[in-house]
Amino acid sequence: MSTGNRPLSPHLQVYKFEWTMALSIVHRMTGVGLAAGTLLMVWWLVAMADGSTSFLTVQTVMASWIGRLLLLGWTWALFYHLCNGIRHLVWDTGRGLELPVARASGYVVALASVVLTVAAWVAGYMAMGAL
Amino acid sequence: MSLRTPIGRARGLGSAKSGLHHWWMERITAVALIPLTLWFVVALVGLTGADHATAVAWLQTPLNAILMLLLIVATFHHMQLGLQVMIEDYIHAEGLKITMVIVEKLASFGLAVACGVAVLKVSFGG
Repeated sequence: MSTGNRPLSPHLQVYKFEWTMALSIVHRMTGVGLAAGTLLMVWWLVAMADGSTSFLTVQTVMASWIGRLLLLGWTWALFYHLCNGIRHLVWDTGRGLELPVARASGYVVALASVVLTVAAWVAGYMAMGAL
Repeated sequence: MSLRTPIGRARGLGSAKSGLHHWWMERITAVALIPLTLWFVVALVGLTGADHATAVAWLQTPLNAILMLLLIVATFHHMQLGLQVMIEDYIHAEGLKITMVIVEKLASFGLAVACGVAVLKVSFGG
């Protein structure tokens, strides 16, 4: 019995593009992004333990426009991965797997991740007294 | 060319070994991370633009230190499990795959310890 020419999965190019597909790969991509983001958490905590000079460096770098852009990206990635992770946990109970439901929950996840990101940033600027 | 049957070669290689534990731990850490990340985001919003003394005072509160340590354990365990799945899915060269999984496991553990020590130093020290 030959094992060389069996059909392989996945053959991405034979599938019609689906909204749920995009959400699935974005879940992985945000996961990798968040893994990179843990380096910022390490830096932040170690700098806090190191003293006020190191901590000020972190705060200054993160307050720059590129720092804020990175933080914005990480905020959205966190909320997306969190919301879509909850969607996955619901699927693990065997619920919500029907295609129309899975599509709908995908829209909810995408919308919720954006709304929560905006809410967190508005709250952050308000906490600073900038709004 | 092996004379063994395909089922003979496949037996014992499947997910019936330790895959269930991996899957289960990924879910348990995910559940733990729902409240922990929400708490962390709210805390960070409150600490926006905070100076060193304010941040230290925040972390010196026992509840914050405990939640931070729990967040660290859950985050790095979840990260390690997730990254391992991606390495196993996309890296097909056996040697490179094993090397990357080892590096990824050690790095996750090292980063978690670095965070934990920093939290303990701040919360006990001052």
